[in-house]
Amino acid sequence: MSAAIGQPLDRVDGKAKVTGAGRYSAEIAFANVAYAAIVGAEVASGRISSIETTEAERAEGVLAVLTHRNLAKIAAQPHLLPSLAGQSAPGESFFPLQDDLVHYAGQPVAVVIADTLERAQYAACLVRVRYVQTPSTTTLDQGREQAYEAQRIFAGFIPGRVQRGNAEAGLAQAAVRIDATYRFAANHHNPIEPSATTAVWEGDRLTLYDATQGITATQLTAAELLGVPPSKVRVITRFIGGGFGCKAMIWPHVTIAAFAARHVKRPVKLALTREQMFTSCGHREEQEQRIVLGATEEGRLTALRHHKLSLTSPFDDWAEPSLGVAGMAYACPNYEGVYRLIRSNIMTPTFTRGPGETTGMFALECAMDELAYQLTLDPIELRLRNHADVDPVSGNPWSSKGLKECYQRGAERFGWKGRNPVPRSQRDGNWLIGTGMATAGYPVYFPMQPQRARARLYADGSAVVQAGTQDFGTGSATAMTQVAADGLGLPVDRVRFEYGDTDLPNTAAAVGSAGSGMVSAAVYVAATTLRDQLIARAIADEKSPLCRAHPNAVVVRDGRMALREQANTGEMYSDLLRRHFLADAEALGSWNPPGQNTGYGLATFGAQFAEVAVDPDLGLVRVRRMTGVFALGRVLNAKTARSQLMGGMLWGLGQALLEATYMDSKLGRWANSSLGDYLVPVDADAPDVDVELVEIHDEAVNPLGVKGCGEIGMVGAAAAIANAVFHATGRRVRELPIHIEHLL
Amino acid sequence: MLPADDHSTPMTTLEKLSRRAFLSRSSATGVVTAAAAIAVPVTKMDAGTTQEATAPDTGPIPGAVPVTLKVNGETYRVQIDPRATLLDTLRETLHLTGTKKGCDHGQCGACTVHINGRRANSCLLFAAMQQNAEITTIEGLGTPERMHPVQASFVEHDAYQCGYCTSGQIMSAAAMLHEPCGPNDDDVKEALSGNICRCGAYVNIVAAVQAVRRKQSNV
Repeated sequence: MSAAIGQPLDRVDGKAKVTGAGRYSAEIAFANVAYAAIVGAEVASGRISSIETTEAERAEGVLAVLTHRNLAKIAAQPHLLPSLAGQSAPGESFFPLQDDLVHYAGQPVAVVIADTLERAQYAACLVRVRYVQTPSTTTLDQGREQAYEAQRIFAGFIPGRVQRGNAEAGLAQAAVRIDATYRFAANHHNPIEPSATTAVWEGDRLTLYDATQGITATQLTAAELLGVPPSKVRVITRFIGGGFGCKAMIWPHVTIAAFAARHVKRPVKLALTREQMFTSCGHREEQEQRIVLGATEEGRLTALRHHKLSLTSPFDDWAEPSLGVAGMAYACPNYEGVYRLIRSNIMTPTFTRGPGETTGMFALECAMDELAYQLTLDPIELRLRNHADVDPVSGNPWSSKGLKECYQRGAERFGWKGRNPVPRSQRDGNWLIGTGMATAGYPVYFPMQPQRARARLYADGSAVVQAGTQDFGTGSATAMTQVAADGLGLPVDRVRFEYGDTDLPNTAAAVGSAGSGMVSAAVYVAATTLRDQLIARAIADEKSPLCRAHPNAVVVRDGRMALREQANTGEMYSDLLRRHFLADAEALGSWNPPGQNTGYGLATFGAQFAEVAVDPDLGLVRVRRMTGVFALGRVLNAKTARSQLMGGMLWGLGQALLEATYMDSKLGRWANSSLGDYLVPVDADAPDVDVELVEIHDEAVNPLGVKGCGEIGMVGAAAAIANAVFHATGRRVRELPIHIEHLL
Repeated sequence: MLPADDHSTPMTTLEKLSRRAFLSRSSATGVVTAAAAIAVPVTKMDAGTTQEATAPDTGPIPGAVPVTLKVNGETYRVQIDPRATLLDTLRETLHLTGTKKGCDHGQCGACTVHINGRRANSCLLFAAMQQNAEITTIEGLGTPERMHPVQASFVEHDAYQCGYCTSGQIMSAAAMLHEPCGPNDDDVKEALSGNICRCGAYVNIVAAVQAVRRKQSNV
């Protein structure tokens, strides 16, 4: 059956990408387009006391200047909701430009619309805003005293406190204890494409070309805020320049573009500047996690207490769920996880690649490494002794796991055997060499809506399959082409997959590593439904060689239906259609994701390994190589899956060694909001990255057994690096990013 | 936005006009006059024929300067804001959107083009200053039907994910083939570190570039 699924096919959008032909959201040409430039608040907290727009309004080419005084009121208050829910998905329960209050630096306070980009940007400088400033809280240390325990986090989906057994008692029983606090700098997504929206009204119908990971989320959010029916809002996005979560939720600038276009009665293009990307689409919050581990002398965990403290906005109880995967990673009967929040003058933080998993597993995996060292146990051996054979949270069996294979294969590929665990025991010239490992895990999410697709076969045997999904670099468009081809029994080059338009059948947003599983299910159902309809037609047709055959006896290959046991007996789809005077045949497919209670523990697992070289005199850390082995369920496209995992591992390197957004607490503003000062890995930072996929069978997650790989590559990578740094230097750094100063 | 009497001194001779003088003139407030509207078609000159390409319908642009740009072998005559960067002129006026804007500050490399065969960040160049240059963008490097070896190698090696840095990576790599660069992967990584890939396709990018270099050195 699987001729195409799994193959390392070249991406279907590859040629467009390498020749510059792909059109991203700020690149859709309209004859009459106007340009919008946002003016952001320069204080973190306070009130606008005056706003002078006359000079800006009179400037060359300016069409309008919108402020809270003249911008239309939004039709409904936004409420933070993850786009996985399939509803509208505002990133924060707040919309700017509605009153004179300022809640965070960078909050939009004016929008200038002009006939050229230069004029809009220039006129934005002419808007003069005065503020009455009030004291602000923008860092963890500033707000520590005001911390409170959250009832629920993650837009209400996750409880603020989770317990099993009795953590106190478990700790009391323990022979050994690790008590460590880990700090994490704020991180920003910084996709290379700044967020952009081009808004076009035709009468009362709106089309948005929006850089989004969820076209339906954009559609529903904009419709709700504008007070128009969703049926009058269409979102079209075929190319997105990265997202990593910042384009998963729908932020104010999207609807501001629509308001602007409605106001000036022209298409409006609104592209954020790089600096604005730091205050417009959320970030991974500054946070602190305290882990207390109790274990027996043999290293078996008796208790895990995991507390998180983090900053949130004035509007929402947001926290990335750092405690989730860490709470199910190992067999540990006694567990307590608590989220504490500090209200502060920042925008609501948001999903950032591996939201929660990457920070939570950093803390846990560093603590496990500390435990291994305390007990003089090999780190992998310690993990194996605590391997959770069933889901510790529910007690259910795993739908599939493969973690032990990942440890084993990873250790082999990396060359872990015979490792001398003593820190500072290895050198290469002057460099101190160290190796480390960590467990990776990521939950399998199910969105709540049915996933839909449509398949159409033409009389010439070519097909078009459609689903309203997004590809922001994941390769999903290519993978779905392969799924459709196999579902229909056609060669891949005869199938075209269409996506990126809300007029197409609705699917989940590309978030939570759920897209490939969800969309492939819908596409597969649509394709096989169409295939089965055509087989049924042939079987009922006296003129068909397959007349009266049993449906289960027929297979399709290269567009030809034939008896499985007798390949000579059969006919082409195209012959059947032509004989019936059909130009095409079409079917819709719908797949309902299971609810929460499947009876299984659902997660994806992997193992990460890293080797670092540390300069003992200068404290420089260089990652020399990384190995990641992941058990992904079925792999739709080996090439793109590998790329996703490598990308995630490099994000882990960035998180470990480079990335931090620093808050100037006096000003309440980010101090390094540029790509020159916010460090992301560049080519020279990239080590050899070795990825292996362990294919395991999973029947519970979705029809094709796909578990998704967009984020798990990042989970555990920073921990493996930090553990390697310890191995190299003997210094345990419990703060990210690891700085030179930590190692001098 | 110019005071009325300045229409008699068109700002077409950039050498005479200092940037400071221009900026102080444009910040002068006053009533916009409707006089002296300059028509703003983009005219693309190709072997003697004058063609009109699509241009933003900006209406009269007092203060625009006529600029002639040679891009991918074609000559374009445009009327643009003298503050316009080469990047924005390519994208917004010429509708050559293959060159991407990532940061507008020369920090990410997404906007890399060739100026007389050498790689440069087009966001750091004023269009009006590039009038005598041979400018090459990704569209001029190769087409889907006839790809440059670097483009083809990127497809083969999956040297991209979201594709937004890809034009810059390819333009950078193509120019780098003519620069002195050591043979090892580390040399290539250094040479391409001015092009950020947030998706982290570096391993495949280096593999793609090295494959081209190996083929070239075997010729």
